[in-house]
Amino acid sequence: MSTEVTDATFEETVLKSDKPVLVDFWAPWCGPCRMVSPIVDQIAEENTEKLKVVKVNTDENLETASKYGITSIPALYVFKDGEVAKSIIGARPKPALEDELSDFI
Amino acid sequence: MTDTQLVIIGSGPAGYTAAVYAARANLSPVVIAGSVTAGGELMNTTDVENYPGFPAGVQGPELMESMREQAEKFGAEVIYDDVATLKLEPGAHQIETALGARYTAQAVILATGSAYRELNLPNEKKLSGHGVSWCATCDGFFFRNQHIAVVGGGDSALEEATFLTRFASKVTLIHRRQELRASQAMQDRAAADEKLEYLLDSEVTEIHGEDSLTGLTVRNTVSGETAELPVTGLFVAIGSDPRTSLFADQLSLRSDGYLNVEGRTSKTAVEGVFAAGDVIDSVYRQAITAAGSGCSAALDAEHYLADLDAVTKQAEAVAAEASQAPAPIAS
Repeated sequence: MSTEVTDATFEETVLKSDKPVLVDFWAPWCGPCRMVSPIVDQIAEENTEKLKVVKVNTDENLETASKYGITSIPALYVFKDGEVAKSIIGARPKPALEDELSDFI
Repeated sequence: MTDTQLVIIGSGPAGYTAAVYAARANLSPVVIAGSVTAGGELMNTTDVENYPGFPAGVQGPELMESMREQAEKFGAEVIYDDVATLKLEPGAHQIETALGARYTAQAVILATGSAYRELNLPNEKKLSGHGVSWCATCDGFFFRNQHIAVVGGGDSALEEATFLTRFASKVTLIHRRQELRASQAMQDRAAADEKLEYLLDSEVTEIHGEDSLTGLTVRNTVSGETAELPVTGLFVAIGSDPRTSLFADQLSLRSDGYLNVEGRTSKTAVEGVFAAGDVIDSVYRQAITAAGSGCSAALDAEHYLADLDAVTKQAEAVAAEASQAPAPIAS
């Protein structure tokens, strides 16, 4: 299971990370988020060297979600050196996600 | 490679109902449910009030979980993967998944459902996830106290519109005709909703915004006049198209793009291949009609497999008899 990050810990954990960070923006009421979550976990486990993977519950951390203009979830954002380096909106099968994340894994 | 009697592709009401029936008939069906689409369209809905047996209504995802559980209880195997290739070869249809699993199946039930239709306007893709959305239950929350537009005039459009008034300051329903297609019950509920406004005889012609949606241009289809609508959210619910890309080149499709089946059966043009649910239904498109057609497909597949079994046994018996009989005398 990947780390849950909050509005309070986002800067420290994500923006100041040495490694690229994949952030899974989700919410408990979002069906597609539940479907993609285990796939994100698998990608996290298989790429621990290269990529840090965290989750942001947008229901409880609206500040971070709105700062990055999240209006559709699941939204998977990769942050590199504090900047958004990639954004993927909507649930995708594992091979398609790996393909989109190929620069980082 | 796993050899099976029956593979069911899809896991909406059609796929899971087919799985319940097939599993109870001891066909040990394998359901390839989809890695992120398992449960089908009802996974993105909230209250389902017209599925018989639930007088208090049921949550879409809960209903689908129950169907899955019921199918698994009788021995269906549910795989969370996507079909990458399907080769229809009577007797041993070949299925390969995105994660590389391979199956042969004596019979296949196609219950691939449908995919949301897009407006096909410039900026629609670019602003997808930045104001343009296809899932009100997922994304409505992000539009608190904002003005949202919903495009469409059917049940799903009205359901989304009334759901979104929980969050939005105002919801404008844009429909290209004067009459809505939605059921009377849904229209009555919408009429009672004070946050809901209608722009009828209207269509969206432009979507505006650089990083996020800032507004729409809407054209009146009768007068031709255009007007700007300053919304920050756009939910598109203009229907859906059957998902046939896996087999469009191997089976006969109707002129409207739906998969063709024989009369009231679930039989497609290829032996041992059956179809159910929204992929064959351009008319009713309800959870309960999909479930019913999943049942038909399972029964058709069951009869087909029983006949196949009888033919095989008969052929074996003939062969066994022939091997015991004295060699024919050459004439």
